Amino acid sequence: MKTVRIDAGGMHYTPLNMAIREAVSAGAREIILDNVMGQRFIADGLKGDVLLTIHGVPGGDLGMFMSGPTCIVHGNCDHAPGNTMDKGTIIIHGSAGDAVAHSMRGGKVFVRDSVGYRAGIHMKQYMDKRPVLVVGGGFRAFLGEYMAGGLILALGDPRTCPATERGIGSGIHGGKIVIRGDIDEYYLGVGARKLPLQEDGMEEIIPFVREFAGYFGLDPDPLIGDSYVQVVPSSSRPFANKYTWE
Amino acid sequence: MTIGSVPVKFRITVDPDQCMLCGRCVENCPYDVFRIENNRMHVNSRKCVACHRCIAMCPRDAINIRERPVDYRSHPVWTTEIREDIYNQARTGKIILAGMGNARPYPVIFDSLVLDACQVTNPSIDPLREPMELRTYLGKKPSRLEIREARDGVEVLTRIAPNLQLETPIMVGHMSYGAISLNAQQSIARAVSETGTYMGTGEGGLHQSLYPYQSHMIVQVASGRFGVDIDYLERGAAIEIKIGQGAKPGIGGHLPGEKVCEDVSCTRMIPVGSDAISPAPHHDIYSIEDLKQLVRSLKEATEWKKPVFVKIAAVHNAAAIAAGIARSSADAVVIDGFRGGTGAAPKVFRDHVGIPIEAAIASVDAKLRSQGIRNEVSLIASGGIRESADVAKVIALGADAVYIGTAALVAMGCRVCGTCYRGLCPWGIATQRPDLVARLDPDEASRNVANLIHAWTLELSELMGAAGINSIESLRGNRDRLRGYLLDESMMKVLDVKPVGA
Repeated sequence: MKTVRIDAGGMHYTPLNMAIREAVSAGAREIILDNVMGQRFIADGLKGDVLLTIHGVPGGDLGMFMSGPTCIVHGNCDHAPGNTMDKGTIIIHGSAGDAVAHSMRGGKVFVRDSVGYRAGIHMKQYMDKRPVLVVGGGFRAFLGEYMAGGLILALGDPRTCPATERGIGSGIHGGKIVIRGDIDEYYLGVGARKLPLQEDGMEEIIPFVREFAGYFGLDPDPLIGDSYVQVVPSSSRPFANKYTWE
Repeated sequence: MTIGSVPVKFRITVDPDQCMLCGRCVENCPYDVFRIENNRMHVNSRKCVACHRCIAMCPRDAINIRERPVDYRSHPVWTTEIREDIYNQARTGKIILAGMGNARPYPVIFDSLVLDACQVTNPSIDPLREPMELRTYLGKKPSRLEIREARDGVEVLTRIAPNLQLETPIMVGHMSYGAISLNAQQSIARAVSETGTYMGTGEGGLHQSLYPYQSHMIVQVASGRFGVDIDYLERGAAIEIKIGQGAKPGIGGHLPGEKVCEDVSCTRMIPVGSDAISPAPHHDIYSIEDLKQLVRSLKEATEWKKPVFVKIAAVHNAAAIAAGIARSSADAVVIDGFRGGTGAAPKVFRDHVGIPIEAAIASVDAKLRSQGIRNEVSLIASGGIRESADVAKVIALGADAVYIGTAALVAMGCRVCGTCYRGLCPWGIATQRPDLVARLDPDEASRNVANLIHAWTLELSELMGAAGINSIESLRGNRDRLRGYLLDESMMKVLDVKPVGA
């Protein structure tokens, strides 16, 4: 496995991305980025089967439009990692900012700790492309807003980070949000409804729970043993009854 | 029955002496207006939308349509339309949905502007004999060039940003697959490829059958991010971020589930039958700084090889907003005036929100010049460009190029009936119903659209020649070649034009 190491210290994002692309086209299978400090757009539009190990704090839009690679971040992330991502995996050993996985259409994002406002906003799915966002800690308001497809899994321990943020699934018209423990219906957004997670729903999330636990060296059993609820659309046609013809 | 029946909008009559009961009107009308029973023609005028398909297909000119055959008691304030909208909303309690562009009789500023021509003191130019330069480049122009003497001439050291090369300043704007049919998109794609210009994909992805024309297509990224992946971005000649649309500034779009068929679903990358909802804002743009982030993310993704446009609706503060966009690394700003068309928009937005393109483009151009950043972006005017004179006038007001939309559809047969939102377009344009789509023959329709672009380009060069101008660059922002005819002083100040006679 060919590994390339890039010292990103003091580098602007454009030359950094150029160096990454060059390494990928030269056949690198793993690229290690050291001293990353707020560079935006890392792996933006990057294609291929390559592992990016990122030491530091990447700036906004990590892995935007990305199609294939895996990014492991040893640190926190700024806003919108996985923005409009197509394929691949982002694993964040820390927390991430607002709009994580915005409009994500495929691939997986795992955040060990917490995420900001509007995580998973307008995620969508099509055929075999079904994006998954797994959050280990808390989330802020408007989780899964406008969600059109895919799966959001909020694994935060209800004892330490209870889901007490407004607008969960506001405008959701596809996909589902699975939340550990329970949530008060007061926190549901417009067009969202809460249902218990049945056994088959549990079966669906277990592989992602295991994958999550595996990345962060956690024991999956307490997570699997706990109870969950799901937030789903009350209609796939939220605007069907809003208009009359001229 | 509190309100009762309102009068029919259109009255259809079929002349029995002319009609030979051939049934073409029955076949052609998707609104089921006509039926033949017991060897007699029956019509249901209430279903008519005045799309004129029956009239165009009737071999005997037997059909007549009369608009508003029943008079209401006239009133200058409580017009027929106002009253009927109230009846509609009193019945339904819903938002009124409308199609095409602004239908209110606001005065058209273009029609109060006249162009100049040469007489005696400077000669006009005959485009038949003299070369006329209509080629237009869209994108950033460097404010200065650094050059170095080289062995065979000079070497340009300044890095030139990517530009689109247009053979005519007329492009076709963004109408998505979903809003219009694939045959309509194909027809436009062929026409722009042939005439050396560009079209927009709209927010509906890029259908595989359009790949051969991708070098003439501007791919759109809007708030729903439908059909957007790296492959799509790489295919486009340029990328356009849609912030707003002239027909419905400030709101998003909903493609109703009924229009999301197998093929539309595949191009947009959403499940069949689900509503495609484009939210009002982009959820990663809440400021000019965020816009810069999206512009740059698109440039990074495509390795800074493609121009990125930003489209906004013409609203009150368009000039200040455009100045912000010009500093965001964007290469062109599209300003969509309040007459811009749409497949569906709430009527209250279509008719009341936004400002006319003439005033918007003039103020944006003036603002960018006053800040010394006009070269940073090209300006594309759209929304209500109806004829070549409008093109000449809006370029003289400061635009680099125009997008046409409705005009291109009219070239394919559209009668501007404004019923696009029903998805039953009898001309095969604003519909996904296979039998209706099949009515639009891309071979013929592409020729019609190409003819229109060609004819306007010829007229534009004649107008320029008459004004003694041989290059489109000399017309751009050249307000001295315009005069305001019965425009008020404040309007002429905004447009920066003098009155006729001055």
